[in-house]
Amino acid sequence: MNRPIYMDNAATTRTDPRVVEAMLPYFTEIYGNPGSRNHAYGWESEGAVDKAREQAASLIGAGPKEIVWTSGATESNNLAIKGTAQMYAKAPAGSTGRGHIISCIIEHKAVLDPCKRLEREGFDVTWLQPGPDGIITAEMVREAMRDDTILVTIMWANNEIGTINEIPEIGAVCREKGVVFHTDATQWVGKMPTDVQADNVDLLSWSGHKIYGPKGVGALYVRRRRPRVRLQAQMDGGGHERGMRSGTLNVPGIVGFGAACELCDREMEAERDRLLALRRKLEVELSARMDVVEVNGHAERRLPNLTNISFGFVEGESLMMGIKDIACSSGSACTSASLEPSYVLKGLGLGDELAHSSLRLSLGRFSTEEEVDQAIEGITTAVLHLRKLSPLYDLHNEGIDITTIEWQSH
Amino acid sequence: MAYSDKVVDHYQNPRNVGAFGTSGEVKERSDVGVGIVGAPECGDVMQLQIKVDDDGVIEDAKFKCFGCGSAIASSSLATEWIKGKSVDDALKIRNTEIVEELALPPVKIHCSVLAEDSIRTAIADYKKKNGIEDHDHDHDHDHDHHHHDHSHDHAH
Repeated sequence: MNRPIYMDNAATTRTDPRVVEAMLPYFTEIYGNPGSRNHAYGWESEGAVDKAREQAASLIGAGPKEIVWTSGATESNNLAIKGTAQMYAKAPAGSTGRGHIISCIIEHKAVLDPCKRLEREGFDVTWLQPGPDGIITAEMVREAMRDDTILVTIMWANNEIGTINEIPEIGAVCREKGVVFHTDATQWVGKMPTDVQADNVDLLSWSGHKIYGPKGVGALYVRRRRPRVRLQAQMDGGGHERGMRSGTLNVPGIVGFGAACELCDREMEAERDRLLALRRKLEVELSARMDVVEVNGHAERRLPNLTNISFGFVEGESLMMGIKDIACSSGSACTSASLEPSYVLKGLGLGDELAHSSLRLSLGRFSTEEEVDQAIEGITTAVLHLRKLSPLYDLHNEGIDITTIEWQSH
Repeated sequence: MAYSDKVVDHYQNPRNVGAFGTSGEVKERSDVGVGIVGAPECGDVMQLQIKVDDDGVIEDAKFKCFGCGSAIASSSLATEWIKGKSVDDALKIRNTEIVEELALPPVKIHCSVLAEDSIRTAIADYKKKNGIEDHDHDHDHDHDHHHHDHSHDHAH
């Protein structure tokens, strides 16, 4: 049996074979602990980690000393959000009014949940609501600012719909107010040009496995100058990473992370253009072949490689069943037991339009035009098959608005 | 989610898909009974239409279904089973038989309940259109309630 076409690069990417190549010596040959200061084994590993730090920093316009290695973007987000809140708290643990945080409802769980924990621990959180286009604007952040705001955390690009928030502008608002600004840039970095100086970012999380690097390694950019950001460590131990993240460094992973960053830097422009053309083909072709097809999120401000498309009058689980030869994510708006509605799509107000299902298709470095063509065929066939079965599609074609019908709810 | 071969077969080759006319047209036909059950927000809507001859036999049945593979299979199977049966015999079909035939897992039992409901609703519609008293309903009541409990688990 052929494996399905891979269109889930927003979930994870295939590690680039060139990255694997770079990593291999660091398992069996160069295996020293970079913390070993007394011998050559340690020094050569430290050298490799330093090189990776340069590669990572250079991808985002940072200095190598501003990179903290972590296990992935989830840990980076936790360290950035909880570490900032604890460091800049305005009242001691156990009290209320410890400070104000601004985030938004369509963040990844790795941002939502640390913020919710802080909420329980006496911090106030304002949860911004994007418009129907999915964008968080600088104006929304400005309006939410308070005298006791200590942190703003807004993702650069959304992982489900690919919309791009006004990061440089939000950063400028934070700079003006003297508030620390963190962005979860997991879906953005490596695909789009990033410059933490010009973009006014203080803390930035990203992950190796979304940029054709290995899983289990991530980085947090922590600004050192103008302003210097201080963090409370979340992992206590040997004081690695300038005290911000203890634990022996994952040298092969870090080497792979660095190599992945360098490849992204070098190939970004060509890759971006290629993927954008493929993504547009998906959207244009699917919309041309069927009616009641919606591309979710802002028309222009979206990542080049990711699209989230809703198909009206088709149920999500049955659609997934019909496209078994395409590996992608479902953001089904509503279903029976097994699929949960997407809080991101609901956040855009799509929860009100009940009878549709959505697919997130995310392309990557190894996606080909043939695969895109096959996906267009496969999805079209499945949707048309299900619409032939759909009583809701008939009602729609008879000019009946299904939201006006009184359904016999169970 | 792993589906049984029978569910996959009904999903890929659904039997008796269609309708005997638009929603407006079938309303006017006394030989056609219509049952629409479920709700879009619950992820399942089943529409069953039966065409009944002068002897009270279901000579044809058509379905449409918005729902998961198990829901599609349950309604497709229902049309197969009721065709050629008298309306009274069709009322004897139990959701548990559908569960068994399609090897539905517990989370999909509500699909079979909906299919049974769609048969009842379509027959009730037919009887109402033809002024036939619906005396059959009561003797199945205990059983019926049991099934409805399942569906209440999925209340939204």
